[in-house]
Amino acid sequence: MSRFKGADFYQIDDLFSEEERMARDSVRDWVDAEFIPIIEEHNRNATFPSELIPQLGEMGVLGASLQGYGCAGMSPVAYGLILQELERGDSGLRSFVSVQGSLCMYPIHAYGSEEQKERYLPKMATGELIGCFGLTEADFGSNPGGMLTRAEDKGDHYLLNGSKYWITNGCIADVAIVWAKLDGEIRGFLVDKGTPGYSTNTIKNKFSLRASVTSELIFADCKIPKENILGEISGLKGPLSCLSQARFGIAFGTVGSAMAVYDEALRYSQTRIQFDRPIARFQLVQEKLIWMVSEITKGQLLAWRLGRLKESGKLHHSHISMAKRNNCWMALECCRKARDLLGANGITDEYQVMRHMCNLESVITYEGTHDVHGLIIGREITGENAIL
Amino acid sequence: MIEIPAFLHWFALLAQGPGRAAAPTLQLVIKVMDIVVCVKRVAATDSQIKIAADGKSLDPAGIEFVLNPYDEIAVEAALAAKEQFGDSTVTVVTLGSADAQKELRTCLAMGADKAVLINDGGRSQDAFSTAETVADYLKGTAASLIFCGKQAVDGDESQFPPRLAELLGMPCVTEITSLTLEDGSLVAERDIEGAREVVNCSLPAVISTNKGLNEPRYANLKGIMAAKKKPLEEIEAAAIDPATSIESLSLPPARSEGKIVETVDQLVDALKNEAKVL
Ligand SMILES: Cc1cc2nc3c(=O)[nH]c(=O)nc-3n(C[C@H](O)[C@H](O)[C@H](O)COP(=O)(O)OP(=O)(O)OC[C@H]3O[C@@H](n4cnc5c(N)ncnc54)[C@H](O)[C@@H]3O)c2cc1C
Ligand SMILES: Cc1cc2nc3c(=O)[nH]c(=O)nc-3n(C[C@H](O)[C@H](O)[C@H](O)COP(=O)(O)OP(=O)(O)OC[C@H]3O[C@@H](n4cnc5c(N)ncnc54)[C@H](O)[C@@H]3O)c2cc1C
Repeated sequence: MSRFKGADFYQIDDLFSEEERMARDSVRDWVDAEFIPIIEEHNRNATFPSELIPQLGEMGVLGASLQGYGCAGMSPVAYGLILQELERGDSGLRSFVSVQGSLCMYPIHAYGSEEQKERYLPKMATGELIGCFGLTEADFGSNPGGMLTRAEDKGDHYLLNGSKYWITNGCIADVAIVWAKLDGEIRGFLVDKGTPGYSTNTIKNKFSLRASVTSELIFADCKIPKENILGEISGLKGPLSCLSQARFGIAFGTVGSAMAVYDEALRYSQTRIQFDRPIARFQLVQEKLIWMVSEITKGQLLAWRLGRLKESGKLHHSHISMAKRNNCWMALECCRKARDLLGANGITDEYQVMRHMCNLESVITYEGTHDVHGLIIGREITGENAIL
Repeated sequence: MIEIPAFLHWFALLAQGPGRAAAPTLQLVIKVMDIVVCVKRVAATDSQIKIAADGKSLDPAGIEFVLNPYDEIAVEAALAAKEQFGDSTVTVVTLGSADAQKELRTCLAMGADKAVLINDGGRSQDAFSTAETVADYLKGTAASLIFCGKQAVDGDESQFPPRLAELLGMPCVTEITSLTLEDGSLVAERDIEGAREVVNCSLPAVISTNKGLNEPRYANLKGIMAAKKKPLEEIEAAAIDPATSIESLSLPPARSEGKIVETVDQLVDALKNEAKVL
């Protein structure tokens, strides 16, 4: 089997260090060998390939950008390229890794007590413990600050009441990072599986991210031990700082989906014969391929620059908004063009394009919708806040 | 004291401290073995090959270079041997240009302890000069178990392992698909035409590895980070001239386009009159 080549029209490889390329290639080979052969089946059955979690831990991709506690401590760009390769496999796989690393391990690492770090991080790095991140509620998506979930200080414990919706990994998680208001201020709580009053439901019948678990979390008079609060952070900036990490990964990840469908469409058009010639010989077909490779190249450069800004400490959250917004859109447009080039074949799961296309409909919405990210950029350049 | 082969350094570790006289004496014997893997940087087999202007070599532009797939198996076998024998070292050795550092780093990321680049500046080598050069280097080491891939997928010559063994005065077992290491010897299996051969061999030895021996591990991310800090020694290759030289290199003729026929009669006709195979 030949290794997936990605797309590199602009010799962008030269911009990456040897270590960054090695990390990417290693995950690329793993995805080819272990993930691609099983994903369609899981997508069809709407199951997450949990059997691969130990391998993800062994590879070191869980919390790969964090230092210490059994984490690999990779550079931002290396981390991004890892997510690019995972999302080249499936957005559900990348979602699992983003939630585990960026949304769950990151806040424990950044805001947790030493005891919390020791208790959770090493086992989360190996995949023995799985996390989920509960911010969104059924009625509060783009506006999480309006959340209704409440915690009360009962002296020797906190009492948690409310619910969270659209929570990736919810039903399979051993620990939920739950954001709730304590005396009107947003705080993070570590809720362990099995805590009385904590239950979960699976959200079924999704057309998108089928190979990813999406859940509802319910808290009914749920007693949370005092030591389970994330002590070092309060306010919306807590969850938003986690989302910044995850959105960074999506900016790279979606380049992976785009590469996957571009690669598929390119091969298809070189071998599909209509009117006695490969359809790649038609101008209109070439136009679509040209569009894809040009937009992928721009997206790669946006993501690469985003990584270097992060490394040098110059990153602003509006930079992340631009890359997340552009690259999700770009990848989704690539899917639509690639599907067109595959003709009727493109609608079946013999080909991956529809799976990626449907997945990206979630990715363009979660972690901040396309428009909300646009308005974050708008606020930055005009000084006018159009979000509220 | 038991007789030990010169290539094995034995350490007797007494787990019992002087103050703990009541505990039974536990003697752990750990062998330190110098395991070597000879590897090569090759063009990936699915690369679009172009011939360079000299008509004798490949144009490296646009070619993806990788660690020879059979060498990955060799590295895995070496790492497994190290895991079995404990305190041993795995050294990967290659002859080539500075570009081959990339493949050596891959081996280090998989878990090898150190790497040696015998730098020849990229000049052309054949099986003769390669084996002579690598053997020269290995003679100065305590290498006792040497793994090689059964062939490099670029030249497909399969000459290197037996030549190396010959020059080092070691036995050679080629194309193995199973391996059991024992104290000072090994048992290997080889798939031969229509049968399976079990071979016994004493150490030191040169082993060439075939598909099916193992599933090479992935370089994990912690391994990649650790590889940066592992030693990669670079030495200059001795000036040994190749004994053979490539006269010319050409691509196989392009395959003509396939033809789709509508009926069996047309197929039979085409096989008879066009392909002339019936
Ligand atoms: C598969 C999946 C997994 C998810 N996983 C998680 C998870 O693990 N954890 C978690 O906390 N959440 C998760 N989410 C939730 C996700 O973050 C939200 O769906 C997202 O924030 C959007 O919220 P919403 O769905 O309520 O849409 P809404 O906020 O209702 O938005 C609907 C539309 O209104 C637009 N809109 C909203 N506000 C404005 C405004 N001010 N100006 C202009 N337009 C606006 C939006 O752009 C969008 O087009 C997940 C979602 C999905 C689909
Ligand atoms: C759900 C479904 C139901 C269907 N039902 C029926 C049915 O009931 N009866 C029936 O007969 N058919 C049916 N079809 C087949 C449908 O009409 C064909 O899929 C359609 O004609 C396209 O052909 P194709 O899929 O072979 O794509 P292709 O013709 O291979 O096209 C692939 C790509 O090449 C492009 N292309 C092709 N030729 C050129 C050109 N000359 N110049 C520029 N670009 C070109 C196309 O625009 C497309 O982007 C159905 C298809 C689907 C998906």
